[in-house]
Parts: sequence; C-alpha cells; structure tokens
Amino acid sequence: MSDNGKFEPRIVGFVCNWCTYAAADTAGISRLQQPPNVDVVRVMCSGRVDPVFILKAFAEGADGVIVSGCHPPGDCHYNSGNYKTFRRMPLIERLLEQYGIEKGRFHWGWISGAEAPKWAQLTRDFTEQVRNLGPLNWKRMFASKEE
Amino acid sequence: MSWVTLTIDGQTIQVEEGKTVLEVARENGIHIPTLCYHPALEPYGACRLCVVEIIRKGWSSLHTACTHPAWDGLEVKTNSPLVRDVRKTIMGLLLSRCPNVPIIQELAAEYGITAPPFPVEDPTENCILCGLCVRVCNDMVQAHVLNFSGRGVKRQVGPPFMEKTRQCIGCGACTSVCPTGAIEIVLEEAGVYQAKPLGPTAAIYVPTLQAVPRVPVIDTDSCIRFRQQDRTNGAIADACGACQMLCEANAIDFDQEDEFLDLDVGAIVVATGFEMWDATKLSQYSYGKSPNIITGLEFERLSNAGGPTGGEILLADGRKPERVAVIHCVGSRDHNAHEYCSRICCMYSLKQAHLVRDKTGAEVYEFYMDMRAFGKGYEEFYERVQEEGVVMVRGRGAEVEVLPSGKLRVTGEDANLGKLVAADVDMVVLSTAIEAPHDASEVASLFGLGRTPDGFFAEAHPKLRPVETNTDGVFLAGCAQGPKDVPDTVAHAGAAASMALALLGKGEVTISPAIAYVDEQFCSACKTCISLCPYTAIGFVEADNVARVNEALCKGCGTCVATCPAGAITARHFTDAQILAQIEGLFRIPVIEIPNTQYPIPDTQLPPTKESNHER
Repeated sequence: MSDNGKFEPRIVGFVCNWCTYAAADTAGISRLQQPPNVDVVRVMCSGRVDPVFILKAFAEGADGVIVSGCHPPGDCHYNSGNYKTFRRMPLIERLLEQYGIEKGRFHWGWISGAEAPKWAQLTRDFTEQVRNLGPLNWKRMFASKEE
Repeated sequence: MSWVTLTIDGQTIQVEEGKTVLEVARENGIHIPTLCYHPALEPYGACRLCVVEIIRKGWSSLHTACTHPAWDGLEVKTNSPLVRDVRKTIMGLLLSRCPNVPIIQELAAEYGITAPPFPVEDPTENCILCGLCVRVCNDMVQAHVLNFSGRGVKRQVGPPFMEKTRQCIGCGACTSVCPTGAIEIVLEEAGVYQAKPLGPTAAIYVPTLQAVPRVPVIDTDSCIRFRQQDRTNGAIADACGACQMLCEANAIDFDQEDEFLDLDVGAIVVATGFEMWDATKLSQYSYGKSPNIITGLEFERLSNAGGPTGGEILLADGRKPERVAVIHCVGSRDHNAHEYCSRICCMYSLKQAHLVRDKTGAEVYEFYMDMRAFGKGYEEFYERVQEEGVVMVRGRGAEVEVLPSGKLRVTGEDANLGKLVAADVDMVVLSTAIEAPHDASEVASLFGLGRTPDGFFAEAHPKLRPVETNTDGVFLAGCAQGPKDVPDTVAHAGAAASMALALLGKGEVTISPAIAYVDEQFCSACKTCISLCPYTAIGFVEADNVARVNEALCKGCGTCVATCPAGAITARHFTDAQILAQIEGLFRIPVIEIPNTQYPIPDTQLPPTKESNHER
C-alpha cells in the first residue's frame, strides 16, 4: 500500500525492441502521462517471450503482466515473430486461468513504434484494471507453502 | 526497291517507288495546299485542293496529288495557271459552303476570293465533308461511330441517325484531325476536369521537359489502341497505331510490357517519394467547383513553358487573372487532415506569388498561418516577394466561395488586424499538403520498415541515424522519410547513397553479437527450432545429430530460444537467466521513501532498511 492507502499494483511488461519498446520510449520522450506501475523488460522480439517469463513475473510478485509486440501482419522486424506470439499467448492465457489468475491480469497485444499514445493509454487502463482486481499475492502464497 | 525519277516544278527528284506525288512534293519542300490529307490515313481525294497538273508522255491532265502515284517520268506542275484557276473554283465552292471557317477564308484569300461567289445556304456550316473524321474513326480508332449519310446536297457526317451513341469512346481523334474545327467533343460526365487550361496531354508524350532518357511514353489508359485491347480482353489490338506508322525510327513497340527484374543487391535505398493530398477532402476550399481553383502542382503545370498555355498564367476562359489568392496549409497543420507541416508549401507559394506578379502583374493575396522560410536565402526571398507588392494576410484562409459571377470569394481571419477579411479574386491557388504514398504500407511490409504516425517511413533514429532503417542495408532518401524541400532531399539522398556505399565498400558486414547459439550437449534433435526460424538460420547437422545456428544468418530474435523444449538454445545478451534475473531484480529494488510518492512499494527481499519495512 502506498501512503494514501491506495493499492499500487506491480506490472511487468515484456515488450519487443522494435515496436512496443520504441512506442514506450517515444511515449516517455513525448512526456505522455503514464503510471509508474509498469516495469518494462525489453526482449528483441515478442516471439522471444518464453511462457516461463510470465509465470516468473507473477511468482516474483507481479500483479499483472503485459506482452506486446509488432502488429501482424508484416510489422514484425523478424518477419514472423509476432505470429509465434499470436499462437503462444492464448495458450498461456488458458494456463493462467487454470492457475487461478484472473483474466484481467494478463494482457497481450500489438503496439507499433508509431503508437506511443496507445502505449500510454494501455498502461493507464491496465494499471487501473489490475488495481481494481487487487493484489495477487502469489509470492506470499508460495512463501507460506514453503514454511 | 526500285527508284523512279520525276520532275516537280522543274526540280528533278529521285524517290523510292510507291509514294504519292503529294508525299514526294512535301518531302522536297514543295508546298501543295490540302485539307483532307493526313499522313497516317489513306489518301482520299475529297477536298480536291491538292490538284496538280501532271504531264505524262506529252499529255497534260489534272489530278489530285494525294492519290496520284509518283511514277517514273512524270512532270508535275503544282502552281501553273491552270492549277491556280481550278483551285480558285474549288475554294470558291468551299467558301460558299463554309463562309465562316477561318482556314477556308485564308486559303480563299490566297486565291483572291474574299466573298462567297455562290449563294450561301447555311452560314453556320463548318463541315467540308472531307471525310478525315470518318476515316480516322473507322480506320484508326475502329470505333465505327462516324460515317457519311444522305446523298448529293444532303450528304452529311455523323453517327448513325445523327443521335448520341454509346459506341463513341470520346477519344477526340475526329476533333483533332478535323481541318475546320467542325466537331466538338462534349464531356457529359460530371466532374471531368475542363479541357482548358490544364487539359489532358496527348496519350503519347514526353513525361517532363527534363526527362532522362528523353523519350515519349504512352499513357495506356488514354491510348485508343490499349483501350481497345482492354475492351476486347487482349483479343484485338489493331486500332490507330498512328505513332508507330509515323515514327521514322521505328521506335514504337506496342508489345513492350512492364518487366520485373530480379537483382541481387547489397543495399537498397527506398526513395518512394510522396503524393499530393487530395484537396477535395476539405470541402470549404471548393476545389473542383471552379476551374480557377487550382492546386499548387496545377499552377506549376500552368506556368511551365512546356505546359498547355506555354507558360502564361491564364484563367480557364483564357483571360489573364487580375487578382489571385494563394492559400497556405491546405491539408497541413490541420486536425481535420494532416497535423504535420508539409514544409515545402510556404516557399513554393511565395515563388508562385512571385511568378504571378512577374508574369501577369495581378494582385496577389497570400493567406498564411506562419511563414516558415527556414532555409538558406529563404527569408531574403520572402522579403523580396513582399517588396514586389504581394499582400500578406496572416491567418488561415477559411473558405473559398464560387460567386454566381464566376469570381471566387476567399474569406479568412487576418490575425494581425484581428478581424475577418474577404477578397474577391479570379484565381485561387491551394498550397496542398504532401502525404505518404497511398501504398506506403505495402512498401513498409516489403522492406520491414516502420512508419511514423504521419505515415512516412521511420528512420532508425530521428537525430543520429536519419537515413538508416531498422532493416540492415535498407536506407531512406527524400520525402519517403518525411516532407522535404529540394536541398534537404538532395542532402538526404546523398547521405543515403554514401551509407549504402560505405556498407558495400567495406566488403564485409558487421553482424550483431546478440544472436542465438545451440548448446549441443542438450540438443535433443527435435528440429522444432528449424521450422520456426524466419531466417532459415538453423540447420540440422546430421553427422552430430544436433541443430546448429548459422551466425551470419541469425538476427537474434530469440523465437527459437523461447521454443526449444530442451532449453538448449541461448540468445546471447538475452539469455533466460538474464531475463529472469531482471524480473527478480524488479521486485528487489530498495525503495527510497519520498513523501507522497506514487512509486509502487515492492515486497523486498533485501535486508530491510529503516525506511522500507512496508507491508502489502
């Protein structure tokens, strides 16, 4: 909890180097208002996002995870990396559901390098959404089991 | 090929067999007047004006030069008293039929006739029944619309039953060959741009006066031969061909097609340029509602010495304009169109204002928002144009209204005066925006380019890498990257060329160290990675029964790393361990307490400091 008693969620964003990272960079340069709750982990391609990363983030204490790459079709710097994301993410979505993680805590999609305002909007909306869901407390859950 | 020798007006001429007397005379600079002759059409002998006296074997007789073959031993007199007498009669008859056609009047005057010697039946008659239009329509265009009907004095030219027909393709060949201007093409389709003064060019033309190579091209959308081919789905293509027939160098080849060349290159410069924004999208400027509302590009065509008016700045009705308004930022810096500044318009508008002042002396009103005279010498030019008496109105031109009188009323706010102003002008020039080509997205996906929100291609870095793209070996030049004027484009293109040469000149390429490698100890030879690699950079080594990464091909995307079921592939600089550590690290940052901070408060695993003992 922060000082004012409002729950501040921790969100990890896995973003590809060429599109969404560029958008996030531009959003920063353009001084677009964004909540500080989203921490960005840069990968070269959204196709590099191993499902393990997402689980790891939740396990470490994240309340929400974003995966974002280049728009299909054709925007991908690596021609088809985003297609692999496109196929993988629905699977991890179902997996997370089975683990009992609410749907609203995981977002995957596409933001091109030109869409800085879209990135800023996503971080605002998603932070609010996760805030409403409340803390996930996966980490504490694991911790208590280990004890 | 046999040769014949004949004498024309005392001049002995040797020519190849198979020509007509008229052709031989023309080739040798001997003038014989004609009205119904066209080099691309079969001679017809309708107007009889080319009549000449031909003496063969001592016998003299009168023949039309256009139909008489050039035989051996002929003696031709083109201007003997007999010939002049006959021509005078012919001209008298023609003038009595068409008393008000300038070319007939001129020719008649040459033979001493100033008034019709015979009763005039219809003073508005323009057609001399020469049949040129009939021949061009049937033989060349093959539209078969025009023909003769009626006999004797009732003979006339027209479509069947003299009614409008859908068979007419509107090619205008008949009007262009008609010697007396008797045929008028009426464009009935709404919105077709007026023929004057920015009318269409011919179907075959040299693209620009400075074109390199300086050869004509055929506009296949307008050429009647190609249109016939389209209509018949390629079955028939024998219409017209006048250009081929008349080209002495035999340079016209209708079968030439667009070619696709497969080239192996080491670098690509994308210089696909821009398109002009369509001014009809903002209806307040009334573009298209009056022929005197033109875009900057149309003005360039108008003031071009090779243009339709020979460089004179004229209104659609041929008058000189007395007042001209230039409206800046049409489609630029506008939330309803493009938000960016098109950069070139201020300066070309000033140049056009200067041209109007120089060529017509008309009053010029420039409606501008800000004058962006950014380049070397530009500010000085702006001052010079002001000194030439161009009226500068600071404020966007808000509206152009076509008044019933045909004049144009431009209204706008003069921000310096703080009030609305209006100017009634003869001509409005809209300085339209430049925009990315409509198919830029296809080019972008072809080369793996990014695009900035304005639609132009994105450079790798706005300040430090202005010509490179995120795709290795692909460079940008000119307006493909964003609006630029000529000096900037030249500089940008020069930079792109030198970047490309620097890449090629080295003879070797530097590849990124952030690539994948297979730990062969763990590789289970499942080959999953091979099918996923977009660059076919992973090959299977049968001898060792492992997958191996070709380091020159790998771009380091990491798709295989995320896929490998055995976890045998590692992406250098983006290893699983590194990323997982990064995630762990995110949640272990000791938080420095700042009053009223909005920073998230993490669960900390590090030894708690005095300030960071918060609980979730």
